[in-house]
Amino acid sequence: MNSTTMTKPVLAARGIRKSYGRGTARFDALDGVSLEVYAGQSIAIVGKSGSGKSTLMHLLALLDSPDAGEVMVGETDAKELSVKQVSRMRNEDFGFVFQQFFLNPNATVLDNVVLPLTIAGVAAGERKARGMAALQQLELDDKAKNKAVNLSGGQKQRVVIARALVNNPKVIFADEPTGNLDTMTGALVEDILFSLNKDKGITLVIVTHDPELAARCDRQIFIRDGREVGSLENPGAAQ
Amino acid sequence: MNVLDIIATAVGNTFRSKLRTTLTVVAIFIGAFTLTLTSAIGTGVSSYLDVQLASVGTTDVLSISKTAEDAPGLGDGPAKYDPEQARADGVPSPEAGFSTGVLTNSDLDKIGSTSGIRDVNAVVSLTASYIEHDNNGKYQVAVSENADLTTADLASGSQLTDSADDNQILLPASYLETLGLGAADAAIGKTVTIGIADYNGAMHEVHATITGVQNLTLLGAGVRLNQALTNELFTVQTDGEPVDYERGYFLASAHFDPASSEEQVAAIKADLAEQGYTAQTLADQIGVFQAILTGIVAVLNGFGLIALLAAAFGIINTLLMSVQERTREIGLMKAMGMGGGRVFALFSVEAIFIGFLGSALGALAAIAAGSIASNVLANTVLADLQGLQVLQFAPGRVAGIVLLVMLIAFLASTLPARRASRQNPIDALRYE
Repeated sequence: MNSTTMTKPVLAARGIRKSYGRGTARFDALDGVSLEVYAGQSIAIVGKSGSGKSTLMHLLALLDSPDAGEVMVGETDAKELSVKQVSRMRNEDFGFVFQQFFLNPNATVLDNVVLPLTIAGVAAGERKARGMAALQQLELDDKAKNKAVNLSGGQKQRVVIARALVNNPKVIFADEPTGNLDTMTGALVEDILFSLNKDKGITLVIVTHDPELAARCDRQIFIRDGREVGSLENPGAAQ
Repeated sequence: MNVLDIIATAVGNTFRSKLRTTLTVVAIFIGAFTLTLTSAIGTGVSSYLDVQLASVGTTDVLSISKTAEDAPGLGDGPAKYDPEQARADGVPSPEAGFSTGVLTNSDLDKIGSTSGIRDVNAVVSLTASYIEHDNNGKYQVAVSENADLTTADLASGSQLTDSADDNQILLPASYLETLGLGAADAAIGKTVTIGIADYNGAMHEVHATITGVQNLTLLGAGVRLNQALTNELFTVQTDGEPVDYERGYFLASAHFDPASSEEQVAAIKADLAEQGYTAQTLADQIGVFQAILTGIVAVLNGFGLIALLAAAFGIINTLLMSVQERTREIGLMKAMGMGGGRVFALFSVEAIFIGFLGSALGALAAIAAGSIASNVLANTVLADLQGLQVLQFAPGRVAGIVLLVMLIAFLASTLPARRASRQNPIDALRYE
């Protein structure tokens, strides 16, 4: 709670429920979870696999809509946003980092990084400039012309972060960002994420089952069987 | 994503799986190749017919025959005897079936007095026995009976002058060598002798000057005579006939005002039809050929389209595999805010590009192969039909085929592209 910008949540969930399947096969992924994400905060959603933590992130990232409850974006109920507005918000305000990198292996590093800008329809020249700037930030500018398939795991995850960063997002959603990396590179990627949070004020929403990564966040939310089972504030989180 | 990015990305995606793309392109290639060739045959043959029609050009002539009466049905018994018709006697012509009536002089008067008809002449059958040049030997000769109805497609020289008093003759190009006349240009102005028998069988000789050499045409491959020569030969042929002989004709040619509109010509034809005569302009006669050829070409085109239909399923299959393979990528792009419409466009542009590749290559190959085949055919099998290039590639038609294939490719892409555009990013990005 060391920030002055924590008065208004950028994202909030109020009693959201989400279930998959029907009848006897029905599975409640989320069963009434409430959560507030403040600007500039780093928040960890912690739980075992199948606990519903990824579903919670998807709902917060407007990739899906809850069966019940509300997801608030600033002051607006996400239900009231049009498909186009939601798409634009994901494109401009959100960045995504996934455990599996989802890079196009045959495209160049630069092309992969500027994908959100390409989708937004930004002109090629500006795309290149902003893509190179993002790569520079992650010290990957010398790899810009390499094919993504030729990079190491750590480099790939840094490309993914550059891609999440290229549109200057307000929030970065990271789903198990270090799950596929060894301890060393994992720690490096964590450092990058937290420095973005600290230096640029980008809000971090991290889904993880790694207690060490979770401990570095301002706040931890524990999820089990679709319910919040506890939370922990780390005022002096190691950043 | 802007349009250029979509096109560039789609084209790039096409080459990601080269073997698969190549196989699909080959399927389209075969269809486009076939369709281009069959449509070229249509163009070639119909343009040949157009040339024929233009060469026969006389648009103010009707060829008129007596409308054939229906032959009596099997159980109907014999038809009623008509003394007028029975007396008429014509020289049987191969074109005239037995059920065709004969035109008598009174028929000619009736036709001549029909409104819109300027003059009418019986088309007489001349049975010349031989043709000879400069004692190089006597050869059989076929006389083109309806020469008056047509103007010749000339290889050299000039057309006949019907108003001239001297005997003029047009020879088919194939006669020159046999008669010892040499090249087409050299033959002009030379004299040939025609032998013809009179009614009693005595042989007479008539001389004529060659004014022109004609290419072989569909309508009449015989020699053409001007009116002066026709009259002289006819006089010789009928010399010695009984005085009260009633002559019948299978065909008459009638002139009408060349400025007549199509409706006016149709009115004249209808008027004649009411009186029991069948009247046809040359366009009508050639139209019959054209209708048959159009039918044949349509069937051939149908085969090309069937091949393309099969290729369309190839496109669907290829794209479905593509969508399957790129599930994650599509999901990621949708997560990053790409709209469903753009995803749809991405896949349909890919299909359209595959269609373009296949059809453009197929059309080019067809043009190359067809041009060679056409030249070979023109010099061998079809050498007798001068001016016929069986395969002609009209740029507009070829472009039309390429566009058609691209349209088919687009339609084929709608199913996989729709599937891609509706993909839920969460399902695509979920992993265990």
